[in-house]
Amino acid sequence: MIPLSWYLLFAAALFCIGLFGVLSRKNAVAILMGIELMLNAVNVNLIAFWRYLAPAGIAGQAFAIMVFAVAAAEVAVGLALIISVYRRRDTVAADEIDMLKW
Amino acid sequence: MDPLQIIFFIFAVITLVAAFLVVTAKSLVHSALWLILALFGVAVLYVLLDAGFFAAAQVLIYIGAIAILFIFAVMLTRKDLRDAGSQQNGTWPLAAVLAVVLFAGLFFILSSWSSFGMPKPDMPAGANALSDLGLALVSANAYLLPFELASVLLVAAMIGAIYVSLIKK
Amino acid sequence: MEFLRDPISFIGNWLEGLLLGWKMAPSAATALIQLLGAFIVGTFSLALVIFTIWVERKLYARIQDRLGPNRVGPWGIFQTFPDMIKIFTKEYITPDGADKVVYNLAPILTVSAVILLWAVIPFARTVVGSDVNVGVLYIVAVGAIGTLGIIMAGWSSNNKYALFGAFRTISQMVSYEVPMVLALLVPVLLGRTMGINSLVEAQTVWFAVLSPLAALLFFFSAQAEIGRAPFDLLEAESELVAGYQTEYSGLKFGMFYVGEFLHAFTVSALTASLFLGGWRGPGAEQWPILGMAYFFVKTFIVYFFVIVLRITMPRLRIDQMLNFNWKFLTPVALVLLIATALVEKGLQLVGQDSMVLRTVVHLGMNLLIVWGTVEILRRSARKERQRVSEPRPVAIAPQTQASD
Repeated sequence: MIPLSWYLLFAAALFCIGLFGVLSRKNAVAILMGIELMLNAVNVNLIAFWRYLAPAGIAGQAFAIMVFAVAAAEVAVGLALIISVYRRRDTVAADEIDMLKW
Repeated sequence: MDPLQIIFFIFAVITLVAAFLVVTAKSLVHSALWLILALFGVAVLYVLLDAGFFAAAQVLIYIGAIAILFIFAVMLTRKDLRDAGSQQNGTWPLAAVLAVVLFAGLFFILSSWSSFGMPKPDMPAGANALSDLGLALVSANAYLLPFELASVLLVAAMIGAIYVSLIKK
Repeated sequence: MEFLRDPISFIGNWLEGLLLGWKMAPSAATALIQLLGAFIVGTFSLALVIFTIWVERKLYARIQDRLGPNRVGPWGIFQTFPDMIKIFTKEYITPDGADKVVYNLAPILTVSAVILLWAVIPFARTVVGSDVNVGVLYIVAVGAIGTLGIIMAGWSSNNKYALFGAFRTISQMVSYEVPMVLALLVPVLLGRTMGINSLVEAQTVWFAVLSPLAALLFFFSAQAEIGRAPFDLLEAESELVAGYQTEYSGLKFGMFYVGEFLHAFTVSALTASLFLGGWRGPGAEQWPILGMAYFFVKTFIVYFFVIVLRITMPRLRIDQMLNFNWKFLTPVALVLLIATALVEKGLQLVGQDSMVLRTVVHLGMNLLIVWGTVEILRRSARKERQRVSEPRPVAIAPQTQASD
């Protein structure tokens, strides 16, 4: 039997790895990948809590579906923005996109 | 150690190793491919949690669409065909310390919760999670409003993404 | 007699009895039999490709007024075997600077994505690989894995033409997923379930009769999804060398080739299951072996149409293809889905349950949508004709003075 703690620890570890990715990568696209890992960790947490604490209810599942939709929307817009910035500035390193105009 | 526990271990380790390689790989396209493996591992965990619909939705949405978007974005935003230098910025030791501290903090807080090690309860008899979810998403006293808002959000994101990346003549 | 009625289940039960008699634990016995079943399904689908490649080449040739393979075996049946031996023995040439792991993984992913589809297709009432209750979603998700294999192939070849070919392929496949998924939702609405075996059982009237527009939409978007003519500019030999497959040789290319043919056959099997009633037919409930026969007959009929479509139509350009998707197929699919949902809910509210009324109403709604679409196309074509037939200004050379 798999206790709930395993899922929660797994999700916490995935979240922390994603956090490390967001804080320590240069490339903006790589930062978005870290954000995706964090969103997935949150989803695993939601589904695990739904299954273990309230399997007859719907709240955990509905919340997880909203997170799916929001993650997809955010990646689409974020990557469009990054491509647009790349066309102007010719770089996607987050450190170099720090001035509005020069 | 019954077979489900073994499967959980294997796929949890695969996912965590793949996630670690996502954030430390030198080449961005390799990062994207490791991300695909990590997302697939999470889908397997959904199957272990009796959420088959979410596993299929995860593969469809994340691997089928988002991962391909990432690969395209990586390929369209490189100046030359090689990745030069380290991909970590200067503050990565601090970020690593922060991540470890956060994990330790979460572990500490969670382990003092009474139901931390609870075993899996059986699904209530006669529950059909899939049709319950479908009905809840369209019933006005359940989750109809968030459902509609999510669809408006997706349309707005679609229009926004197309508009932002149009090349204006 | 029992064996004749349902050979697959009979063999499965006999094997399980044998393993339990050998004192194997029940869970281990079930796991072993399921593993064996998965292996058999995968191998069977690949073995079927050998036959379908011959069928395609023969039909292709006959329609083009030539003979086709006719040397190796009667009517050239065994032609695929020498081709297989040739591909097995060719040398693998890996391009310089290619990413080895990704380069070798790409054909495997592409072929696996197709073979994975065979896990949910029901051959008979009791013969189905794995009856998940989200079968339709599984089909779409696994199709998405195929696009991943293609982009890995294009990128890892270290060849910018392969990369461009992969980009074009991905844009086509991802675009045509939209009307395909929308058309797949119509049987889900009509059958009130997502599992494929349950959908086949719900087809007392074939869904192709209830909603022919959905069947046509699914058929055409699936043709584009698998890169089959007339949407086959991805492998247009005269344009992009061989697209994303340029740098592949030997068995790796053979896997792409087999994957493409198998995908065409798999999509025919899916169309037959979801729209033509799958294994349904007189006597198929009691005699699963008859169900399998009906299933294969229907699949081969659909496959015949796939081949004829490939042979008779010229190739579309990429802008024509994308226009066809976004300006024609997707709006029609959206309108069809909304209309089907409204009609189903309307019938439910009115309380009518008879199959005949349901069939008539859905068929009528489909024909109405088709008529509306044809009217809109006719009007826009008329406007285009008027615009083109107006007198155009003609350039007249200026009169030069004759001087000396």
